[in-house]
Amino acid sequence: MIENINVSLVDWSRAQFALTAMYHWIFVPLTLGITFIMAIMESIYLKTGNPEWKKITKFWMKLFGINFAIGVATGIILEFEFGTNWSNYSWFVGDIFGAPLAIEGIMAFFLETTFIAVMFFGWEKVGKGFHLLSTWLVAIGSNLSALWILVANGWMQDPRGMEFNPVTARNEMVNFLDVALSPTAINKFLHTLYSSYLLSAVFVIGVASWYLLKKREVVLARKSILVAAIFGLLTSLFTISTGDGSARRIAKVQPMKLASLEGLYHGREHANLIAWGFMSNKPVDMDKQEQKDFYYKIEIPGFLSYLAYADWNAFVPGIHDLLQGNSKYGLMSVKEKTERGRYAIGKLKAYKDAVDRKDNVVAETLKSEFLSKNFKENYFKYFGYGYITNPDKLIPNIPLMFYSFHIMVVLGFYFLLFFILIIYLILRKKTIENKWILRIAIWSIPLAYVASQCGWIVAEVGRQPWVIQDLMPAMIAVSHISTGAVQVTFWLFVVIFTTLLIAELKIMFKQIEVGPKEDGGPKNV
Amino acid sequence: MEDLKMFESFSYLFLQQYWWTIISLLGSLLVFLMFVQGGQTLIYTLGETEEEKTMIINSLGRKWELTFTTLVTFGGAFFASFPLFYSTSFGGAYWVWMTILFSFVIQAVSYEYRRKPGNFLGARTFEIFLMINGFLGTILIGTAVGTFYNGAMFSIDQMHFSKWETPYGGLEAILTFHNVALGVSVYFLSRILGALYLMNSINDNNIRQRAKTQVWYNAIPFLIFFLYFLITLLLKDSFSYDRESGFVYIEPYKYLHNLIHMPVVLVFLLSGIVLVLCGIWKGAFKSTSISGIWFAGSGTILTVFSLFLIAGLNHTAFYPSVADPQSSLTIENASSSKFTLTIMSYVSLLVPFVLAYIWYAWKSMDNRKIDAQDMKENTHVY
Repeated sequence: MIENINVSLVDWSRAQFALTAMYHWIFVPLTLGITFIMAIMESIYLKTGNPEWKKITKFWMKLFGINFAIGVATGIILEFEFGTNWSNYSWFVGDIFGAPLAIEGIMAFFLETTFIAVMFFGWEKVGKGFHLLSTWLVAIGSNLSALWILVANGWMQDPRGMEFNPVTARNEMVNFLDVALSPTAINKFLHTLYSSYLLSAVFVIGVASWYLLKKREVVLARKSILVAAIFGLLTSLFTISTGDGSARRIAKVQPMKLASLEGLYHGREHANLIAWGFMSNKPVDMDKQEQKDFYYKIEIPGFLSYLAYADWNAFVPGIHDLLQGNSKYGLMSVKEKTERGRYAIGKLKAYKDAVDRKDNVVAETLKSEFLSKNFKENYFKYFGYGYITNPDKLIPNIPLMFYSFHIMVVLGFYFLLFFILIIYLILRKKTIENKWILRIAIWSIPLAYVASQCGWIVAEVGRQPWVIQDLMPAMIAVSHISTGAVQVTFWLFVVIFTTLLIAELKIMFKQIEVGPKEDGGPKNV
Repeated sequence: MEDLKMFESFSYLFLQQYWWTIISLLGSLLVFLMFVQGGQTLIYTLGETEEEKTMIINSLGRKWELTFTTLVTFGGAFFASFPLFYSTSFGGAYWVWMTILFSFVIQAVSYEYRRKPGNFLGARTFEIFLMINGFLGTILIGTAVGTFYNGAMFSIDQMHFSKWETPYGGLEAILTFHNVALGVSVYFLSRILGALYLMNSINDNNIRQRAKTQVWYNAIPFLIFFLYFLITLLLKDSFSYDRESGFVYIEPYKYLHNLIHMPVVLVFLLSGIVLVLCGIWKGAFKSTSISGIWFAGSGTILTVFSLFLIAGLNHTAFYPSVADPQSSLTIENASSSKFTLTIMSYVSLLVPFVLAYIWYAWKSMDNRKIDAQDMKENTHVY
């Protein structure tokens, strides 16, 4: 199997999946958050009976609709790409991964789809209560769909609740709750959700600020800013708190990811956190303890140890420790893991060969050895390492990781201050006067998208080359198709997604410019 | 707690059959809901004025997501219950599935963006996207399902990793006329359903009259292609397997035998065909009737449901391999583990609840038919 690996095919397949995922993620966070903001606004309308709130709700629904359509378009590709481009992966983990996807469809997508029609078209057709319920159900449905896909993603980062079955040559689920309630998955879900709410709040405040700057739709803008600022402040606090939880999970299950996002080559106790820095482009000599890997950096003493292990003096392993091993701290070298992984692959192959030649005695012996506790803990655990031919491939792209992580964190704190400032101005009744604040609010919208994309780069680039942490590298997961086929679809996706993104942005900007007109809907172009 | 263990007590085979039945149900609902795709191919045929076209697009636009979601759930459920099919077919018949996906990607934005201010592509571009989706989506999905009966060119190695044995990425399926006949049948059926749905949903005499004509026009090629597909299917040899050894072999009249061995399925099939014919008759010839969609729709569900059932039950290879018959997929060798199927079966208990709220929401929204006035009053118009 390993001799047939086509590196170019793997890279193009990766590129295609990354492209689709990144495009998809441009639209999803706004959907997740703005649905709740709309539901809150409509609830206020129902409570107060003030038609202004209805007008405001309908305006944000229009923008939501524009964003939602393209989110759906890019989402369907992602689901089917697991099969089209990662077919070996689909079999190896389908027993676990497929279930959350199916649950997502049955529990969440239908809820969202059914009630979105009521939400958009039902204002005059159903009662006010049923309409409000529909808006809330759309919000719940879209967030539930995020739950299940993030459970699946969390499992890929931290596989658990399964056992490998040599008969079927795949991982099989043995404990659903272990998969669904995995701390990594739950943390990922909450962090993703809160950060999406944060983005939505920034979006609403930014658009409303544009109206204030233009001295238009003042009532809509002020009311929207009020709701979004409170929503944003709360969710930014939760985003930071769950981000902290995510860092602890990464330290536990993906130490290479942690080391790479901090650019930590050599592990140490009382490890410093780099608050910000500029990386040097000089080649790194891994054997040297002290690296000249930064032109400049600001460090917080001991904070990385605390962030990762809630202990200021804890040892945080560096990339060198994780590759070469560190006996003092019980870290096994990649060389040793690779040997053990190859032994596990060899045993599986021997078992399969015995089955093929119908040598039942040997097959049963090998199977029972394969399933023994000792083998699972000491050999199968490193199964994926058996496919690794170059240990350097286990190091994610460090500059990309470092900058993505630090941009995300810096922006996370920026948004907290931003919401505090907006609320302060609301309390002082000064929202409308300060043009600089309004301009900052508008320019914060792209920053929120940057932070959001950076978060996924950290999560996904940081686990490379693993599709499933320690069990399956990307090179084994890929479908046996021609590189040319993937290249063609990659460029087709580039063209179609980019065209649709431009269409979406132009429509969105125009719709914002038109504003909340109750004039019977869109005009012909 | 023991009393609560419902699905745990069932055999592995029962769960595999149960999940094949759910897949069949989802597949049949998907074909019914393809009235959206069929309707999209009729936008210009039924809508002569801008107002008529707008009514048609808005009528379909309130349902397209349901079809889309059913397709996504169909894929997700296949992944969860029969992952070897997911990995084999999607990973091998790359071009077929990618083309289908492209056609759905362009559909998803078309309704929302078509008439929005700022749409630099123009309304017609998105109408063409809808036409492409209606044409390709139906024909290709039908043709792809045709390979369930005629087989595909793949092999599976000892690690269960699959390989496609032609360089055409599944497009070679169109060389088998029986596959294409199913694809074309689905296309014409979706147009019939689309016309019937629009007759029911839009309160406009001109559209209804044109839709009636279209029901009849499309019924002729549909019946020719579908009867060819069905008769050939019942007379053809196909892939059976031995339950003990898993050995795959050719059995003459396999699907006819399946219907005889499963008389309930035969009743479903015959009832489905009668209901579809009844729906066509009501739509095309009963001057005041707008209920043809319910007859033809329920008939479609029953017919497609039974066709899926005979594809996978009664020791039938549901995805035969022409390249290496022993690689053929059956509900037993392609399924998830018993544990996963059990968990998934509990989730499936939500399906009736889901169907109930879809029905309730649909009914609430369709109390008032779409008309020109509605297009003027509604603030969210496609």
